[in-house]
Amino acid sequence: MNLPLSAQLINLLAALMLLIAFGMLAQRRILTLIHLFALQGALLTVNTFVVAFSTMQTHLYYSAVLTFVLKVVVLPWILHRLIVRLNIRWDVETLINIPTIMLVGIVVVILSFNLALPISELAGTVNRSTLGIAMAAVLLAMLMMITRRKAVPQVIGFLAMENGLFFAATSATYGMPMIVELGIALDVLVGTFIFGIFFFQIRETFDSLDIHHLEKLREK
Amino acid sequence: MIQFVVSQLVQSLLVVVSAPLMLGWVNQCRAWLQNRTGPGMAQPYRVLGKLFVKDAVIAHNASPLFRLTPYVVFGCMVLAASIVPVLATDLPFSPAADVIALVGLFALARVFMALAAMDIGTAFGSMGARREMLVACLAEPALLMVFFTPSLISGSTALNNIVETLAHSSLAIYPSMAFAAIAFLMVMLAENARVPIDNPATHLELTMIHEAMILEYSARHLALIEWANAIKLTIYSAIGVALFLPWGIARAGEWLMMPLSIAAFVAKIAAAGAGLALLETMSAKMRIFRAPEFLGMAFMLAVLGMLTHFLLER
Amino acid sequence: MSSYAPLFAVIGVMLFWVVLGLAGLARSHDARLVFRVLFPLGSIAGAILAAAGLAGISGTPAALVLPLGLPGLPFHLRLDPLSSFFLLLLGFAAAGISMYSAAYFRKTENIKPGLIGLQYHLFLASMLAVCLADDAYFFLVAWETMALSSYFLVITDHKLPEVRRAGFLYLLIAHLGAISILLCFGVMQNNAGEYTFELMRAARLSDFWATVVFLLALTGFGAKAGFLPLHIWLPEAHPAAPSPVSALMSGVMLKTAIYGLLRVTFDLLEQQIWWWGVVALAIGLATALSGVMFAAVQTDMKRLLAYSSIENIGIVLAAIGLAIIFHAYAMNVLAALALIAALYHCINHAGFKSLLFLVTGSVMHATSERNLGHLGGLIRRMPWVAWFGLVGTLAIAGLPPLNGFVSEWLLLQAFLLTPGLPNSYLNMLVPVATAALVLASALAAYVMVKFYGVVFLGQPREEKLKQAQDASNWERAAFVWLGATCVLLGLAPVAVIGQLDSVSLLLVDATLSGNIARSGWLFVTPASPERASYSAPLFLAGIVGSVVATFLLVRWLYHGRVRRAAAWDCGYPQQTPRMQDTAEGFGQPIKQIFEPFFRIERHMPKPTDERPYYWSKTEDHIWFWLYLPVAKAAEWVSKLVGVLHHGRIHLYLIYSFVTLLALLFLIR
Repeated sequence: MNLPLSAQLINLLAALMLLIAFGMLAQRRILTLIHLFALQGALLTVNTFVVAFSTMQTHLYYSAVLTFVLKVVVLPWILHRLIVRLNIRWDVETLINIPTIMLVGIVVVILSFNLALPISELAGTVNRSTLGIAMAAVLLAMLMMITRRKAVPQVIGFLAMENGLFFAATSATYGMPMIVELGIALDVLVGTFIFGIFFFQIRETFDSLDIHHLEKLREK
Repeated sequence: MIQFVVSQLVQSLLVVVSAPLMLGWVNQCRAWLQNRTGPGMAQPYRVLGKLFVKDAVIAHNASPLFRLTPYVVFGCMVLAASIVPVLATDLPFSPAADVIALVGLFALARVFMALAAMDIGTAFGSMGARREMLVACLAEPALLMVFFTPSLISGSTALNNIVETLAHSSLAIYPSMAFAAIAFLMVMLAENARVPIDNPATHLELTMIHEAMILEYSARHLALIEWANAIKLTIYSAIGVALFLPWGIARAGEWLMMPLSIAAFVAKIAAAGAGLALLETMSAKMRIFRAPEFLGMAFMLAVLGMLTHFLLER
Repeated sequence: MSSYAPLFAVIGVMLFWVVLGLAGLARSHDARLVFRVLFPLGSIAGAILAAAGLAGISGTPAALVLPLGLPGLPFHLRLDPLSSFFLLLLGFAAAGISMYSAAYFRKTENIKPGLIGLQYHLFLASMLAVCLADDAYFFLVAWETMALSSYFLVITDHKLPEVRRAGFLYLLIAHLGAISILLCFGVMQNNAGEYTFELMRAARLSDFWATVVFLLALTGFGAKAGFLPLHIWLPEAHPAAPSPVSALMSGVMLKTAIYGLLRVTFDLLEQQIWWWGVVALAIGLATALSGVMFAAVQTDMKRLLAYSSIENIGIVLAAIGLAIIFHAYAMNVLAALALIAALYHCINHAGFKSLLFLVTGSVMHATSERNLGHLGGLIRRMPWVAWFGLVGTLAIAGLPPLNGFVSEWLLLQAFLLTPGLPNSYLNMLVPVATAALVLASALAAYVMVKFYGVVFLGQPREEKLKQAQDASNWERAAFVWLGATCVLLGLAPVAVIGQLDSVSLLLVDATLSGNIARSGWLFVTPASPERASYSAPLFLAGIVGSVVATFLLVRWLYHGRVRRAAAWDCGYPQQTPRMQDTAEGFGQPIKQIFEPFFRIERHMPKPTDERPYYWSKTEDHIWFWLYLPVAKAAEWVSKLVGVLHHGRIHLYLIYSFVTLLALLFLIR
């Protein structure tokens, strides 16, 4: 094991990201989900800083600051206010029981690790082995979206997916061009606002944020 | 040769004799955290002394298995204490058993306890046996998977080789060990009957798992079992410290390193005990039906640790 | 010439068993002759067989052609290390079980002694012949004889309808398997016209046909061994048969199927493909988990042990799958390790499962109860049975220093060595497979604690249990024999692995002897001493030493006074036997956690019931997903054919007339 310290640190952060992705799968309390999401954002920030430091790419510093501001401060605050106003604290039971979800999660992780191996051979970055973890984080977030019943955890899943994509970008290509990044950040911010508005509408119509009520809208 | 045997005996006796002190330290930390004065760190010794002096009271229909079990359990724990490297690696007894045999040794002690609990034929005994085997059948696989991660890293399942590789290799952060550490902590809480799986200080029989198995024991039998529990807790802490914080362990025969390694061991175990007390105070005991979810989580984390090893560290 | 001595000894034992069976038939109602003379003689023959097998393992292969059989298809016999190993297994198990049967059947009512003697000894002789056969014809003759004789043994109590049903199911699935094996041999002989194994070894099959052969062999031998989903007959047939027969079926007959699978996969097929191993590994782990989960919810002693047999066979299959994977990637030493783990587990299972079934036999004779809900507290009345049952229970739970632990340890070591594989998917499958295996072993410990605790410990749940009698002398001798094998196999693993090396040399061209020899007789080091080592004698010495030292120290420093009193039970005054856990209660947590895997029907009492009761039935999904639909399809097809049956003679004569005309046209 003779990687430089920065590479080992990045590996550790990647492992912790995976841990948080699994933790989000198993969590039921929505407040803890938001905290985990903020923690994931913090890990991403540290990761971007370390990559910036070890590869001397200054635009990554700006990217790290943007990530911090957006994902650790702004978005969790918006989500927190949202759930306080909607007055929901807990999710109901998930669609499938938690041990089965974990098993499916493990299978997903194995698949993404194996799919990422040939791709990471092509990448020229210092931390290409973490591409598999990034893909796993994206797929696990999507799994979380699939198996939840209330709307807010699904949104958090969507945001976690974006986290995973960002992590994949940093590990494969040293981040994205600044324009792209600013664009994505703006999209995410606007998207969250729109979600917030939708939630109030859903609650008005159905008196609950349980997603299966939306099925009543279909044509009979 | 003779110095190896002496080193082995010293370590075994040290662990066996100081185990109640570790238990006392954990209880004392809990007392301080709960703003109480606490009975002092030597209290388990006093309890053992009191129990050994008493007459043993045994039910009419107890079989020889019931009377044999405390000795078998204590013997297993003494053997485990001889295998786990706490002060020095490369002990003469360690080639006799590796981590899988160590887990098997704990399983042997546990099966005997469960059978002895069912022996008298009371409701609480069989309830305790059932719950203990349930927790065990989920915790034991998790524990084995936790041990497999460092054994994949070090290429060996012998505990002293694992510790040797982890301690004396160049400083490296292993992400898979992070997963394994969390899983190990969860399994340790389950196997030693600590909050949040089981409350060791409870008096309500319906909430007991481990205590329910020893309700019928008294005097020296109870003393041996309590002592064996203390040794088990110390061994688990020693394993955790050896695997995840391995710095400061001497090789066997290095007498100069001994005082330093004893000091390091004491410091690490004390920190582990305090951490355990903190964790116990912050959590609430879970319902028995939540225990499988908790242990399932530990199991998944351990498997995840092994998978991460394959991806990141090959 | 000396290499032929074991072969002749083995053939002699086979003929002797057949003679014993026929002698019993000649004086069919003379119970004294059959049980006091013939069965003990059969037991001695078993011991001789074991010795011959042991000699044959390290000897050179010896072959013989007997002029029996059809003209042009004589019987070929061959004794090589693989068959010697399974003959050793058969020999020592048969010796113990025959000793036991001599006493057991004496006490059984409503049996014809001569008939039982014939069926029993024919069963033994046919299993011997299966391991000895060197051509497909003799193999199948022996296989069928084995199936038929065991069928008749299973339906000994044929007056009970559930026994007849169990026998029918057993025969049905045995024949489905036999058809599959027949097809497998048919493909392997590759149009040569001859059916000897020599020819099949030399045949070069394409990858496609080799895969067909493997899958047919897996299905065919799997039907006999009890792999998922063909395991459905095991939990019915084993409990229905008398206990010595269950012991023989579980301990030995399942292993003949494993012998067949090993013979076809490693010996007759020249090259294996890696994904066969993955299939075998997956089926093996699924079988193991399914078997142990169902064992946890059983309320019948013998069904519990039958499901536990399914679990152990699953573990053997998983080990074989691992060996195939290693061998396909030419990692022969690792394949030897996995193979030796599989063979070790086979012989271990023969030892402890036979012991446990014989223990249940004694319990059933003493109490005439099979249901766990009516047993309990037998350790006080039947100490011999109980203490040897404890040895068997600890062995099957895989606890050191007994034999079950050694084979599981070897298998786990083989799993941990897989990271050397070139395929990354397989590498990542290893943690999942290891997780499944250790989960199965942990659940096995749970199941065995339930079994032993409910039967032998606690208070007796029925009054008549207080008059239970302990085992008789022959039965005790059998227990000692089998218990001693369990202990010896656990304490001398290096010697056993040394013998198994010859088998692995034959099958995968590699042995562990180089690694083992490095550390002497005391330590098992399958790869290298730095990698892993285990010493059972030191382990046992450590535990026994600590126990004795503690006992003496406590007695010396304090005292050993004991007072007897009523049980404490937290001060509850009433302690009836009904307050203990039932078998259902002990298995309830497993039922709850693994609920999706069972099919549970429940009846819950309603508040308005006059006689409220709770009823629950746990069944296997596979029965409803696979077998019932197939049975319905078979019935539907039969109904279609039934259209041809009118019962009118004129129409039948018209059928014959039309067929005759058609044939005349064809032959023209």
